[in-house]
Amino acid sequence: MEATSFEAVTPLPPSENALGRDNYLSRTHGLRSWLFTLDHKRIAIMYLVSILASFFLGGVSALLIRTELLGPHKTIMDAKTYNQMFTLHGAVMIFLFIIPGIPAALGNFVLPMMLGAKDVAFPRLNLASYYLWVIGALFAVLSIVLGGVDTGWTFYTPYSTTTNSNVVLLTFGAFILGFSSIFTGMNFIVSIHKLRPKGMTWFKMPLFLWGLYGTAILQVIATPVLAITLLLLIMERALGVGIFDPALGGDPVLYQHFFWFYSHPAVYIMILPAMGIISEVVSVFSRKHIFGYRMIALSSIAIAILSFLVWGHHMFVSGQSNLAGLIFSFLTFMVAIPSAIKVFNWLATMYKGSIWLATPMIYVLSFLVLFGIGGLTGLFLGALAVNVHLHDTYFVVAHFHYVMFGGTMIGFLAGLHYWWPKMFGRMYNERMAQITAILVFIGFNTTFFVQFVAGSKGMPRRSFNYLPEFRIYNQISTIGSYLLGLAFVMMAVYLVRSLISGKPAPANPWGSATLEWQTASPPPTENFAHSPEAGDPYDVEAWTWDEKIGGYVKSGGTVTSGATVPTVGTAGA
Amino acid sequence: MPGLNLLHLLYLLQLGAAAIADGDDFFMPAAGSTSAPGVDRIFHFILAVSVFFFLLIVGLMALFVAKYRRRPGVAPLPSPTHNTALEVTWTAIPIAIVLVIFVWGFRVFLDMSTPPANSYEIIVTGQKWKWLFSYPNGTVDENLHVPVDRPVRLVMTSEDVIHGFFIPDFRLKHDVVPGRYSKVWFRAVKAGEHQIYCTQYCGTGHSEMLAKVVVHEPGGFEKWLADAGNFLKKMPPAQAGEKLYRIRGCAQCHSLDGAGSTGPTFKGVWGRKEALKGGASVLVDENYVRESILEPQAKVVAGFEPVMPTYKGRLTDQEITALIEFMKTVK
Amino acid sequence: MSAEHHDAHLAHHFDTPIQQLESGKLGMWIFLSTEILLFGGLFCAYAVYRSNHPEIFVYAHRFLDTRLGAINTVILIGSSFTMAWAVRCAQLGKQKALVVLLGVTILCACGFLGIKAVEYEHKWKDGLLWGKRYKAKTEHGAHAPAAKAKGLLPPTAKVNPEVKSLIPLPAEAPHGLAAPGHAARAEHAAMEAPKNVQTFFSIYFLMTGLHGIHVIAGMVVLSWMLLRAIRGEFGPAYYTPVDLAGLYWHVVDLIWIYLFPLLYLIH
Repeated sequence: MEATSFEAVTPLPPSENALGRDNYLSRTHGLRSWLFTLDHKRIAIMYLVSILASFFLGGVSALLIRTELLGPHKTIMDAKTYNQMFTLHGAVMIFLFIIPGIPAALGNFVLPMMLGAKDVAFPRLNLASYYLWVIGALFAVLSIVLGGVDTGWTFYTPYSTTTNSNVVLLTFGAFILGFSSIFTGMNFIVSIHKLRPKGMTWFKMPLFLWGLYGTAILQVIATPVLAITLLLLIMERALGVGIFDPALGGDPVLYQHFFWFYSHPAVYIMILPAMGIISEVVSVFSRKHIFGYRMIALSSIAIAILSFLVWGHHMFVSGQSNLAGLIFSFLTFMVAIPSAIKVFNWLATMYKGSIWLATPMIYVLSFLVLFGIGGLTGLFLGALAVNVHLHDTYFVVAHFHYVMFGGTMIGFLAGLHYWWPKMFGRMYNERMAQITAILVFIGFNTTFFVQFVAGSKGMPRRSFNYLPEFRIYNQISTIGSYLLGLAFVMMAVYLVRSLISGKPAPANPWGSATLEWQTASPPPTENFAHSPEAGDPYDVEAWTWDEKIGGYVKSGGTVTSGATVPTVGTAGA
Repeated sequence: MPGLNLLHLLYLLQLGAAAIADGDDFFMPAAGSTSAPGVDRIFHFILAVSVFFFLLIVGLMALFVAKYRRRPGVAPLPSPTHNTALEVTWTAIPIAIVLVIFVWGFRVFLDMSTPPANSYEIIVTGQKWKWLFSYPNGTVDENLHVPVDRPVRLVMTSEDVIHGFFIPDFRLKHDVVPGRYSKVWFRAVKAGEHQIYCTQYCGTGHSEMLAKVVVHEPGGFEKWLADAGNFLKKMPPAQAGEKLYRIRGCAQCHSLDGAGSTGPTFKGVWGRKEALKGGASVLVDENYVRESILEPQAKVVAGFEPVMPTYKGRLTDQEITALIEFMKTVK
Repeated sequence: MSAEHHDAHLAHHFDTPIQQLESGKLGMWIFLSTEILLFGGLFCAYAVYRSNHPEIFVYAHRFLDTRLGAINTVILIGSSFTMAWAVRCAQLGKQKALVVLLGVTILCACGFLGIKAVEYEHKWKDGLLWGKRYKAKTEHGAHAPAAKAKGLLPPTAKVNPEVKSLIPLPAEAPHGLAAPGHAARAEHAAMEAPKNVQTFFSIYFLMTGLHGIHVIAGMVVLSWMLLRAIRGEFGPAYYTPVDLAGLYWHVVDLIWIYLFPLLYLIH
């Protein structure tokens, strides 16, 4: 098994491993050194821990939802609790986990290092953004503790303005989380504009940075609209301003326009960075230069722009005019094209490569299958006549999860496994990770594929109860969700074991050519001993395995890895 | 060439799609309206396109993984890092395909949203958590009764929050919004029953907000309508009263099981002495109930807001009597 | 460029002070664009309701006091001027002028809020409030002499907010654009109150309220700048914070310059 090649090598720590020596984790100690840190890597780790905790909360609620749906009528909870549960699941997964997931946790760690920089442009703002996330999360949790919210994560009016639950707390939480997201986006845009190293022109940036750049633009432009929408909703509940209340001359459908003007781009806030990760990983693990770099980069920007113009496809049956339906349907189909281009480019990258089926690559393959299904089922929903039938059914639920879990979550897992050795300086158990990746794939498909069938047969989403004919689909789905749950338990086990007793990781375990791998694992607080000079980020063939070092080194080039890896211990300032 | 085989498969799939276009297949429920086959044909076309591309992507991926799997001592083969002709091709072909789907989908959608001139009109009201269907002769029913093979136009509005009116067998769906009217139409193809769902989340009873479409044989609808309009004469008063309780909006505020709501429960209310706002009290008898229906603000039970609208002119004496008879039976 | 001067203010992750200044400015511009987008949502709501129900806006805007609005506009434009001057003084190292000008700018902001408070108080007294709090009193309206002179009948409350479940007769489905004939209806509106006048006051209070919050935030920032200026922290070598605060203040003014005609000067 190729994947085990590094395991077979030296039992001693790889020479570029900084564990037990000076690195960003060991430089200072104590809780205060973490809570007040301005180091983007530590903030990233705090984000990672926090969003994984949110994922746990969202995941448990998902399992409870699926258990309830084992049979029609009440299984383990009543309708009111069920409604609160799916609201909790949606709101936590969207606002707390998947939107900040890749940018704030992985992006925060990697972005400055990919730029060869010491930090993001505004480290204090970065920390502020984290604490805003924490405050927003506290509000969300408080709304649950004080009795829950039963509106669904979309907070549609007038239901949300009339229901007797803690809508204000949860929406205020989402409002604050929005500012956390805006600050991260601002930081990334400025960092990418102003902190690129010598030699890194726009079209020599790693594609993950293009993905984060597109995401940051969306965060900055779309999130304020969410902020004002939620503010109006809060005002509506607190003061009765009536903007969305038909009884006071308001228009409840206007809320939907506002909400989706943010929330459709938000879908791309979630998927663009995942696509960036896939672009990195597919090149490294095919041991080949990425195919069609420019098209992948530009398609990220095309997606970012087009995604602002398609919000109306969430409202095809809400009574908007046929003309609006025509325009939004057309633009919806157009936004599919850049994603298709990316998929073909990734496939072409694998062509004639030397495909290394390590865990991150298994997630890439998984991504191609699942995102493929997610994208293609979008065609059904984009076609107006078919959309009328499928709208608000489980078909949409399945489509959404194929894109968000099959796309973003799988991309996140690919990135987590890819950068894990860099973040913590230790490898994980490769065999366990591979088995888990396959189990995630199986569990996911079992859970969600049948939902396409249930949906096209007519099962409405957000249903506590269902007709007997849908029982079989729901039972299969629930079994799948348990497999998925098991897979995540396994993942938690081997990742925690890795932290405690994983093999020390080399500076560059995968043979990547981007800058973050050209320093020790884990990196020193300053990231690099000398500011590195950027070359071609996909020149992975120039990096070859070195038995003695236990990692990849640059061969044939003028710069050896030793020259850019700091001599550990001298990095202190 | 795997591509060629896949093209064959695409062709076969399309044949299959045409064959099952209006049947009960793996994905779609049986078609019950004249619009449904048109929708199903697009659905199956997109399905065929999707299966083709899915197999293409996954097939190539599997092929590459098998063929170019990493082996010791074998370096990646030299290959270009971009190819403009190829990249233009795989941009242009998807654009062409999605344009076909877009135009097709929009044209069928237009047909679906344009009702024929001589449609029979039924008013639909959504409320938490049931549907009410009002017919031209004043009949109100909880199920949608329609004649077969005649265009029916639904004019829909909501009394509270947004609901979604969905008949899967007719491939028909539209949001039902408070404060405005949504209009849809359909033409049922054969007699029988079809399921109606609410698809827009509307609270605790969202998934229970069900109803049936009953498609009548030719002539059967008119007979049903005449009977339904006459139920006060055909049913015992208490039973007719129960029907009125359900369809005339009483159920929204007055429970039958003792649960608290906007208004007092009907459970055990008959013959009870109710304390009124302001200290007085009243015996719940025929006269008090009649007064409360016609002049709801006259004597408001303590602990409740004076929010009930008057039913003067909206309920006949006969209907009020039926309601009174029904209230007597709620123990 | 004398490096010694900058070092104290140069963060470790920037290579040069220029890079740091440019990053700060880019960040501020991005932040300001998010502010504009935040108001953009309200401007959209304004546009939707005004194009669907122009008669409400034509009718209700006369209850706003154009004179006070105009005075406030002049005050804010003046404060933008003193702010720009203050930035210039910081760049030139004119310590005393900087302190004075920042002080004047803050005073202008106080004046603006004071006048705004007077306006709000009048609305409060007359029940010309948002949504369900809207309860116009028939004998009032004296503060809007223009409206009275034109024989305008005071608006009367048309909604009963207690009855949530009883939606009034459905309004006509909103059009994308104002239908022809609206102009005629608008004329008619001068005679009697149209339905749903409260919509205008909801939008008025939301827009001016959010703007007011931004003015308060601006005053906090400017006061902090004033404090630092008194301590002598700014000079030709380091004036970025004053510069950025100035940008923010200009945007706050700019938004008011749009709000004033949109709310007060409707025809």
